[in-house]
Amino acid sequence: MPDLIRLEYRDVTMRFAQSARPLTAVAGVSIAVRDGEVVSLIGPSGCGKSTLLNIGSGLTAPSEGHAFVDGERVEGPNAHVAFMLQKDLLLPWRTVVENVMFGVEIQGIPAAERRRRAQALLENLKLAEFSGHYPHQLSGGMRQRVALARTLAVDPTVLLLDEPFSAVDAQTRMVLQRELAQTLKRAGKTALLITHDLLEAVTLSDRVLVMSRRPGRIIDEIAIDIPDRDEPLKRRLHPKVTDYVNRLMERLDIGTVAA
Amino acid sequence: MSEAANSSVVWKGTVASVALLIVFLAAWQWGPGLLRIPPFIIPPLSMVFDEAVRMWHVSGLAFHTGVTAAEVLAGFILGSLLGAFIGYMIGMSPTAEFALSPYILALQIAPKVAFAPLFILWMGFTIYPKILVAILIVFFPVMVNVLTAIRTVDPDLINLARAFKASRAQIFWKIEFPASLPPLFAGLRIGSTLAVVGVVVGELVGGNMGLGYLLSFGEGQANTAMVFVAIVMLTLVGGIAYLLVILIEQRVLHYMPKRAQMGF
Repeated sequence: MPDLIRLEYRDVTMRFAQSARPLTAVAGVSIAVRDGEVVSLIGPSGCGKSTLLNIGSGLTAPSEGHAFVDGERVEGPNAHVAFMLQKDLLLPWRTVVENVMFGVEIQGIPAAERRRRAQALLENLKLAEFSGHYPHQLSGGMRQRVALARTLAVDPTVLLLDEPFSAVDAQTRMVLQRELAQTLKRAGKTALLITHDLLEAVTLSDRVLVMSRRPGRIIDEIAIDIPDRDEPLKRRLHPKVTDYVNRLMERLDIGTVAA
Repeated sequence: MSEAANSSVVWKGTVASVALLIVFLAAWQWGPGLLRIPPFIIPPLSMVFDEAVRMWHVSGLAFHTGVTAAEVLAGFILGSLLGAFIGYMIGMSPTAEFALSPYILALQIAPKVAFAPLFILWMGFTIYPKILVAILIVFFPVMVNVLTAIRTVDPDLINLARAFKASRAQIFWKIEFPASLPPLFAGLRIGSTLAVVGVVVGELVGGNMGLGYLLSFGEGQANTAMVFVAIVMLTLVGGIAYLLVILIEQRVLHYMPKRAQMGF
């Protein structure tokens, strides 16, 4: 069912009651992400991208409108969604494998099954030999890979990714992007990716959504018509990439506005 | 820091430490004589040592040291447990923290040792008022450290757990409690040395047992060497308590980077 909608925001508005006058972070946003699709969300800082992520994961309730995951209204945290942030949020007192099992452990999945899942993910992400290490013994890129494994371990249908690679160096980022792309493809996961990196948005996604300055609205939607979504390094070299990036720069007024 | 450079620091540091100790002991032994300081002001090392042997046989030095050590241990354990418990309780309830903070601050400012005479009035010349002073004085650093630790846990970590549908108890046991352990141990280190202070003040104020009693007894007799022996023994008791905390800490916090653990 290619047209099955996994993640949907329907007329979502978010206001924060902040010192006397309320602040509207997001205004009337509607997004639909289909099964297996990877959609990127870009926009200026403070346009409410992360607010949308919190709403999707059920951590905050929107002021108006609703979010839906697998057709069910999001009323609170649920097992269908998992998120990953710029910070790896690894627990320093847990080994790599124990960190990967953190989510499944909370969900009460039997010990044997959670160990099996963690081992399989560590194999896939080339972390198997580090399973007994503690986070402080790992590089930033490896820590972020552990965070990805922890996110995938709960077997969510939808992944919400908030600038997951913005804290790692440029080369590691490319490696991680490739691993993410292949993992998403292999597992057939649906993902909403928040990023500031226009090239990352273009190379990793099927569609890119552009948000305006606060109050954030969706002002453009660009379908990325380049093959090989699971090969971002190959995609990078595609001639169409420059056009897409240029169009995104235009939509974001980059070059005409002071940063 | 590389392994080799690290071991060279340890080696050189140990040599310097031992050299410093020898210089100190030598200065204690011969310094007073050279500077013509009379023995009733600073008795030389050998005299203090002789006095320690005399006290061991005649004044029950071992017994008094044992009493003080037991009081320190009891006060430290009870004070730490109470401090940690209250710290976690208040840390998990912002309302309780708001309501209690002025009183906690007031009690923290009040000099705890000043309660010693009061406790002796209440409980007589027993070991209990000494333990109580130690409990009171150990309580605060432990509680404040736990409270601060709970309050400063990264909210994104809590959100991560919440997104996995963690219960309040799971958030506490899987995140807040382990995250609070390093600051808790920092509080315990401070508490272990303060426990000795609390006990000694209690013993000085009243009673006929413990190193604090020997301290004031020696003072009454103008026996400076005896006072020195008591001070040395108290330092030993405090040092052992501190060392025990460090040993437990290294076991519990084994996951911490080695360099963060090094040093006292």
